[in-house]
Amino acid sequence: MNGNVWIAGGGVISGIGHDLGQCMVAFEEMRPGMKTLQHLHSVHADTFPVVEVKAGNAELAQKAGMPAHWSRTALLSMIAAREAWQSTGLGDIAQYRAGFVSANTVGGMDKTEDFMKAFLEDTSKGSLREVVHHECGAVTELVADVLGIRHHVSTISTACSSGANALMYGSRMIRAGMLDVVIAGGTDALTRFTLNGFNTLMILDQQPCRPFDDTRTGLNLGEGAGYVVLVSDEIAKKIQPWCRLSGFANANDAYHQTASSPEGTGNFMAMQGALKMSGLAASEIDYINLHGTGTQNNDSSEGQAVERLFAPAYPPASSTKSFTGHTLGASGGIEAVFSAWALREGIIYPNANFTTRMKEIPFSPVTAFSKDNNLRHVMSNSFGFGGNCSSLVFSKE
Amino acid sequence: MEKLMADLKAQIIQQLNLQEVKPEDIGNDQPLFKEGLGLDSIDALELIVLLQQHHNIRIAKPEDGPNIFYSVRTMAEYITAEKNKTA
Amino acid sequence: MSNNAYITSACVIRNNTVTKNGEPVFTSDNTGLPEFLRSLYDRYSGQYPKFHKMDLLSKLGWAATEILLQDMPMDIYVPEDTGVVLANTSSSLDTDERYYETVSEIASPALFVYTLPNIVIGEISIRHRFKGENAFFIDDHFDIEFITGYVRQLLDTGAINACICGWVEQYHAGYEAALYLVEKNSRGMALPFTAEQAEKLYR
Repeated sequence: MNGNVWIAGGGVISGIGHDLGQCMVAFEEMRPGMKTLQHLHSVHADTFPVVEVKAGNAELAQKAGMPAHWSRTALLSMIAAREAWQSTGLGDIAQYRAGFVSANTVGGMDKTEDFMKAFLEDTSKGSLREVVHHECGAVTELVADVLGIRHHVSTISTACSSGANALMYGSRMIRAGMLDVVIAGGTDALTRFTLNGFNTLMILDQQPCRPFDDTRTGLNLGEGAGYVVLVSDEIAKKIQPWCRLSGFANANDAYHQTASSPEGTGNFMAMQGALKMSGLAASEIDYINLHGTGTQNNDSSEGQAVERLFAPAYPPASSTKSFTGHTLGASGGIEAVFSAWALREGIIYPNANFTTRMKEIPFSPVTAFSKDNNLRHVMSNSFGFGGNCSSLVFSKE
Repeated sequence: MEKLMADLKAQIIQQLNLQEVKPEDIGNDQPLFKEGLGLDSIDALELIVLLQQHHNIRIAKPEDGPNIFYSVRTMAEYITAEKNKTA
Repeated sequence: MSNNAYITSACVIRNNTVTKNGEPVFTSDNTGLPEFLRSLYDRYSGQYPKFHKMDLLSKLGWAATEILLQDMPMDIYVPEDTGVVLANTSSSLDTDERYYETVSEIASPALFVYTLPNIVIGEISIRHRFKGENAFFIDDHFDIEFITGYVRQLLDTGAINACICGWVEQYHAGYEAALYLVEKNSRGMALPFTAEQAEKLYR
């Protein structure tokens, strides 16, 4: 258990761009991706804006090099994972002891929903081909096969912190000397299951979401995938890594199945633990990529936890979910890529739609895009249902 | 009103799966949440479902919940007022 | 090398029978899973009305933890010292289906919250005030080697000092739970924490 773990590269597909470059343009031009549903059919299409990846399955399948009848969760995963690997310049993945640790919460639910529609009308109908990849792990296996990764394949499903937990897990495999490189992150496609579910919890905003704003009324669901490539010291020597994964921690809020404790105990413990592992003081964090879903509960709890850890000097902070929506199992992966890239390029991301500071916390999110900032350490938060709270710290050196 | 409140108690117990609670354990004016029956935010959402299923009333704004669902009596008063509106 | 760690308690629930530390302690014939789980609640716990609102997966994991921790007080640890690491094969599919059935009429928020496998970890953590690291893995079988290796790493790196770990699987009428309390402190059974020992207790 020693040595460092480096971020050798990353890839993203989301509702604001099909690759990392496109996403950066959207941030720079202040173009959040909330739109009316185009590709998923739902009775709620006109009620709730979402952040869909702007492409049909046929187009995504072609880009992914996969059959179009596979789950959208797998197609998105493949596109981002391949971009991540290619960005490293490490060549043929077969020459390394490689792992693929991918998080998701819906698996092949999109295809199962298509099956159920036909099946419920007539139980002799519906193609079973559509349900074979239903479970979360099946999606990961499909992508690992196409990527050519055989040493270790794992799926993590811990709700909205899944993607961040994939990085923690992958990092430990490398530090334990079991693997040289790990593609780690998450993927999730929009489904009726999640849209209806979050609607029953009454935490979907009918307007573009407003994280960390006093007027916020909920989140917008998004979809996408994001992966970083984690590598050992030895591999990192061969390339110019983006940055180092210097700290991480996971804690359970132990308060409620879905709601955060009012004071954000689990959030605080995750951030504090990640700082401790990285050997940093709170004052050394130069930017926080907030979990910032836009719900009353999350932003209030997270805000109070940030206050408790960082007061009186708050680093710039923002929620990129104000652009990408909440991509659930993918969000920790997508935001890890954004955070690692932020360090490399000195970027501080804007928080869209912000107008009014929350009454209960003494700081406001950053509202303008900027680059070439001198960033040394960036924190990324991901908090999920089940009280599962994770925080990652990335460091330039 | 008494009949409605009695019905509501049975509906609440059934909807929220309060297996160890009997209707007579719930006072008409006892707070349903926190120190009262100890219900939480998910229970509040289920009470919204209850109103829709049993009383055909839709609540669009969850922030109205705490007032409507303060006690069995406030729920009954709300239902009565809504029924009168549409009558 | 690795510091010492011990399996201090173990609980296996299958075929309507509870085995604690390798000894059968409770059997209930001819009952369905919901009734069986209720009988475990009545016998080993009570006084926790939220139990009745849980889905079957959470009830199973929650009840197994109650039995696992009988006579093993955990307040010797600060909350962040105890982690929970679980795995299963069917995720929350049973509840996913139940929830899906409600969608055509009025979707149930109370069911939706259980459509994630790690909610059982949340329920256990809420009950026992554990705030340590937690993870839920989906695997096609109970990979004892993997789980013990992972928990060993969490203990060795000082992430946690005690862990509830193992397998909590449920889909329709099929179910199985195998939980271990693993600690750096020696107490209870104090068996060496190895995959072989865990395997023995599971078989």
